Amino acid sequence: MTRIGWRLASIVTGAVFIALWQLIANAHVISPVYLPSPARTWDALVVGFTSGTLPDQLWQTVQRMFVGWLLASLVGIVIGAAIGLSPKAREYVGPTLEFIRPLPASAVIPLAIVFFGLTDGMVLAVIAFGALWPTLLATVHGFAAVEPCLYDVSRALRMSRFAVIWKIALPSSLPDILAGMRLSLTISLILAVVGEMLASRIGLGRGILVAARLFHSPDLYAGVVLLGALGYVTAQGLFAVEARLLRWRHR
Amino acid sequence: MKRWRGLLFPLVLIAIAQAAAMATHLQSYTLASPADAAVAGAHALADGSIAVATLQTLANAFGGLALGGGFGLVAGIVLGSSVIADRLMEFSVEALRPVPSVALIPIAMLTFGFGFRMEIAIVSFAAFWPVLILTRNAVAGIDAGLIDVARALRLRPFARTVKIVLPAALPRIFVAFRLAAGIALTVAVTVEVSTNPMGLGYGMILAEQSLHPDLMLAYLVWVGVLGWGLNFAITSAQRRLFRA
Repeated sequence: MTRIGWRLASIVTGAVFIALWQLIANAHVISPVYLPSPARTWDALVVGFTSGTLPDQLWQTVQRMFVGWLLASLVGIVIGAAIGLSPKAREYVGPTLEFIRPLPASAVIPLAIVFFGLTDGMVLAVIAFGALWPTLLATVHGFAAVEPCLYDVSRALRMSRFAVIWKIALPSSLPDILAGMRLSLTISLILAVVGEMLASRIGLGRGILVAARLFHSPDLYAGVVLLGALGYVTAQGLFAVEARLLRWRHR
Repeated sequence: MKRWRGLLFPLVLIAIAQAAAMATHLQSYTLASPADAAVAGAHALADGSIAVATLQTLANAFGGLALGGGFGLVAGIVLGSSVIADRLMEFSVEALRPVPSVALIPIAMLTFGFGFRMEIAIVSFAAFWPVLILTRNAVAGIDAGLIDVARALRLRPFARTVKIVLPAALPRIFVAFRLAAGIALTVAVTVEVSTNPMGLGYGMILAEQSLHPDLMLAYLVWVGVLGWGLNFAITSAQRRLFRA
């Protein structure tokens, strides 16, 4: 079979699973209060979109996620570059970073609530903090792993320090940085959802929590489907950007 | 000499925080000095409340890791051994994997109520995907020669999996579980912070809400130590087991 043939076959397999879900829901093995059928979930999606509640929630979540992610990426790349360029800084700060790396990002939520209260700023701070580490550590690694010969070349060419960073260190660590940013984006979405749940800010996270509390299972599943789609689209989008930025690598 | 350099940075930070707290005669319901946090932490360690919370969180994390990782392992072996199964499932895996695990919190809440089952269900979902993907890659990447040997020995599919495929893929499967363990702990704490009233995450939120910032900071440091210790233990085990 061709690639497209296999692709179709795998989509059909997915459709079979959805049909199975419909059959289970129709058979009322599990009460429809807990498990809505795919058809009812789809209806909830359509109603949510035509009434404007879902686009509004989606937009709020997307905004939060991206602002927090961009903030984290910017800070992560700048600090990561500073640490990665200096072996001394790595010696002093490196172990602390290794200690913070496995810390569950959500563990700082109580601390963030203390500082910001249950506000949008709190959610943003948590997203930015949690999404910071993968990019920061990847940048440190990328800058530390630059081929030493390239620095010799730059010295021979009498390049300025800024030019060395901009023309040599940054492009050569770009694959690492982008890989870190990809992980950061996933974390941003997770923390955006958790933050909305806790701080009760309008968004998909709060939307699905409220739907569950009201036993509106079709709305709940519609929100989860939308969050899955959001995760998929953003990940694919970043892959496309990455492939474009790193075109030079495979030539 | 190198070790103390790494310790210097956090120690200086703590000293600055302590000095600032003492200079301002900090009396606050929202912030506490490092010394107060240490005292609160010592109390919570002595009365066993941190121990109980830690056990609950670890039970949830490892319960979810065992369940989700177990299913992920089996599914990964199937997809890694059979090209047809892998291609047929491609779309379903692609569609389900990006669902953020925390999006399942309300579903699990609705289905199970609060407690161990709800949290373990969510952790399982989160731990399932990395184990599935990495096991599939590990099994699919096995030296083709080994498969030929299995064929020459006329091993049945089950015997081939247990005797040839699994041992060959084991180092990479271990890495998958190491990654999944970190994710499991993170997700467990996240579920506790946001909804489920048990474990370390809830302990932190409770300390914050009852205006005990010293205890909250102690919990935060403890969660950090736990995450770091878990990672350290698994990494050392990995080094010992697969030294080759």
